[in-house]
Amino acid sequence: MNRRPYVRKVERNWWLQHPRYVAYMIRELTSLFVGLYCALLTIGLIRLVQGHAAWDGFVAAFSSPAGVIFQWLCLVFAVYHSVTWFALTPKAMPLMVRGEPVPGKWIVGAHYLAWAAVSAVVLIVAGV
Amino acid sequence: MDVIEIDVAIIGAGGAGLRAAIAVAEADPALTLALISKVYPMRSHTVAAEGGAAGVIKDNDSLDNHFHDTVSGGDWLCDQDAVELFVNTAPVELLQLEHWGCPWSREANGRVAVRPFGGMKIERTWYAADKTGFHILHTLFQTSLKYPSIKRFDEYYSTDLIVEDGRCTGVVAIEMRSGRMMAFRAKAVVIATGGAGRIFPFTTNGAIKTGDGMAMAYRAGVMLKDMEFMQYHPTGLPGTGILITEGSRGEGGILVNKDGYRYLQDYNLGPPDPWPRKKAMELGPRDRLSQAFWHEQQKGRTIKTPQGDVVHLDIRQLGEKMINERLPMVRELAKAYVGVDPVHEMIPVRPVVHYTMGGIHTDIDTATSLPGLFAAGECACVSINGANRLGSNSLAEIVVFGARAGRSAAAFAKSHPKPATGATAAEAAQANLRDLFAREGGSDTVSGLRKAMNDTMESGAGIYRSADTLRQTCGALADLRTRYRKIQLQDRSNVFNTDLIQTLELGCMLDVAEAMAHSALERRESRGSHQRLEYPTRDDANYLKHSLARYRGADPPSISYLDVVITKSQPAERVYGGAAHE
Amino acid sequence: MSETVTLEVLRYLPETDSEPHFQRYTVPFRDDWVVLDALNHVKDNLDATLSYRWSCHMAVCGSCGMMINNEPKLSCHTFLRDYRGGVVRIEPLDHFPIERDLVIVMDSFMDKLSGVKPWLIPKQEKPLSEGEYLQSPAELNVFHQYTQCINCVLCYAACPQVGLNADFVGPAALALAHRYNLDSRDGGKDARAETVASNEGIWECTFVGACSQVCPKNVDPAAAIQQTKISASVDWLKDLLTPGAHR
Repeated sequence: MNRRPYVRKVERNWWLQHPRYVAYMIRELTSLFVGLYCALLTIGLIRLVQGHAAWDGFVAAFSSPAGVIFQWLCLVFAVYHSVTWFALTPKAMPLMVRGEPVPGKWIVGAHYLAWAAVSAVVLIVAGV
Repeated sequence: MDVIEIDVAIIGAGGAGLRAAIAVAEADPALTLALISKVYPMRSHTVAAEGGAAGVIKDNDSLDNHFHDTVSGGDWLCDQDAVELFVNTAPVELLQLEHWGCPWSREANGRVAVRPFGGMKIERTWYAADKTGFHILHTLFQTSLKYPSIKRFDEYYSTDLIVEDGRCTGVVAIEMRSGRMMAFRAKAVVIATGGAGRIFPFTTNGAIKTGDGMAMAYRAGVMLKDMEFMQYHPTGLPGTGILITEGSRGEGGILVNKDGYRYLQDYNLGPPDPWPRKKAMELGPRDRLSQAFWHEQQKGRTIKTPQGDVVHLDIRQLGEKMINERLPMVRELAKAYVGVDPVHEMIPVRPVVHYTMGGIHTDIDTATSLPGLFAAGECACVSINGANRLGSNSLAEIVVFGARAGRSAAAFAKSHPKPATGATAAEAAQANLRDLFAREGGSDTVSGLRKAMNDTMESGAGIYRSADTLRQTCGALADLRTRYRKIQLQDRSNVFNTDLIQTLELGCMLDVAEAMAHSALERRESRGSHQRLEYPTRDDANYLKHSLARYRGADPPSISYLDVVITKSQPAERVYGGAAHE
Repeated sequence: MSETVTLEVLRYLPETDSEPHFQRYTVPFRDDWVVLDALNHVKDNLDATLSYRWSCHMAVCGSCGMMINNEPKLSCHTFLRDYRGGVVRIEPLDHFPIERDLVIVMDSFMDKLSGVKPWLIPKQEKPLSEGEYLQSPAELNVFHQYTQCINCVLCYAACPQVGLNADFVGPAALALAHRYNLDSRDGGKDARAETVASNEGIWECTFVGACSQVCPKNVDPAAAIQQTKISASVDWLKDLLTPGAHR
């Protein structure tokens, strides 16, 4: 048999070979932080149920320098996550109005509006 | 050598080949079928066709109109019984494509839309944006996937037909990925390998259009008919030869020379009415438009560019919206390959070789003179195109005659016994290949001989020909064929050896080119796309006949003639533009 | 001395090479040349043993996909003028076995394509005598972009999931399934779901989006897959709440 097809192995560092893959991995990494923050908020809820002392301990931990830095990181990554997520929404939910496609930036814009609205409600309820 | 036994072998998996395969599968799913192609089906050149496919469906039209447009468009060299069958069947086949999912462009009411096209006095060209061939090919390929009896042999290069006891009993092919030769023993064989535009230097045709099937049939004793008729498409991009569809003129584009003048009015195609009008100048038949370019060139009124002389195609007046909707590919091609945005600038264009009217001589059922061998599509000559093909008749032709070939082949396979071994023929093919691999001492290269062939065909057998230029070309081709027999391979490997494939393709092109040049030399008249400077008019008394080229090995072909079938339409003057209004 | 360009091409002759290796060629620079023209120049004048696929030279047949400076591109649609002054590195498309030189083994793709049942499965059968299925321009618009795929498989070369999971059905095949699912004449979504909505189908995709970035025809297979994820999830939920009702 003359044939001998050559299979090129995919290296472990495949994602470093091109900027688009690096950007993708960063995007994926941010979801880790989003997940972590959600887990911590859940713990916060549990502490709340467990009474004043537990709750105060939780707030103290969150207010520590390490805690603040961590929250800032989570905020930055969560924003990055949301921005990249919103940018992709027109692909996942194309809208047709009267036979013509709705321009992508309106769909993205609608997501930002909704985000702003929800944020406003949360801030008002939180008494800010 | 490995032998595969099947009922039907189809060589070529473009529009005609795929349609034939589906027809065989539907005629009888129990028939075994091999669909053999030197490329994956989606690469077949049908994919590049743009403008549309003609079929009568609108109330303002009639089969008779399509018939008359086609016959006069072909300068009365079409066999009228075949044209009648063609126009009757085209709408059915195009509708079948729609039922298989082809995304035809639509009218507001949801019915299939049609657009005006060259030489058609009433619009009847179905279209799928400006990528009709692409959509037809992909619809046929994807549909073919649902028939289990269609076994594909992708990237198998067919080299020789197997002929035994006066019957075609199969084909020998090289499995390109391994270099192994195999014999397909078949009860019936269909050739659907396309045209031979690559014989010329400037062509819309892709690399694969090398006339392989024509050469195979020709060498097996089947006549090649009307080979002198090569169509130049008036609007190809300079340099690459990329096709700019006739649809751009159908939608309202105009052609102007270096003075911005719509020059076609000087050649009996006028008057230069403002658009829209179906019988407008720019929608004249392709032969006339290409000839007009040649005349403008002689008068020095074409525009000089680094890639040669051009004229300008102006579609700016259509507006951006219509261009994006109906001619998106034209816009993309112009921007990418000549750096022009047709919304704002004129596109440089020139005539380029596009379609081979001639081909394997077949009857109305696609049967050749060799029992068991059928042919359909551009490689065949039935003839429905005569001396000049109307745009959008070819995409319809491939499905009409592709289906017919499939059914004819299926019927033949069912009514004939299995062929005898065919071992001798297959062994001869293998021996030839071994000789080629073993040959040493050659000084010519494939690319060198190919360029020489291209150059002599363009200079001697181009849009306008004369006895002198043609004799020169015939002589040059004879010399090239002799040199070809001594050519040696530069690559002697087995796995996907494209030097081998190109060498074999060159052999096919040289044989077919010789048939073209000699047929042209013998036809002492001008008709359709064959124009003789010293015989400028049509001569029905002597030449209302098809030319037939017979292969004679190392010697040039002998040319004989066959009467054209005339039924309803007596030869008359071809009238286009405003004159056709009356 | 007129301007030249250096090509660095990955060669592999399975009968003599144990591994692929690079080979350099110097070709003339022409303003209107594409990489394919440069390769043809090599084959015609410098090295007839170089093998690659090509045909139409107008970005519609899909034959000539290659990695050009690490980017999946059609060599007939990649202009030398964009690579002046550097070396142009040409390799066969990623994520496919190399048959020889720039020719890849396409078998897996062809199988994946047929696996999604990419043919019209009409909602309502209709005889030819009744004419065409009616389809408004708006209905055609819904799926039209997904019909544009030329099967060049640049998307498979770009997709890291294809690289990591050989069984992933892949962008082009899934986009083609979506083309039929969206076609107003088609009723075959359920028939395709077994392959499409499987673990090797849409669920292998993590929306890297590289496929859509490299697609020369703006098919946007990433969009097709995400839309299919939503519709498959909705179907799954419907099935859960009202088993068998929507079939």
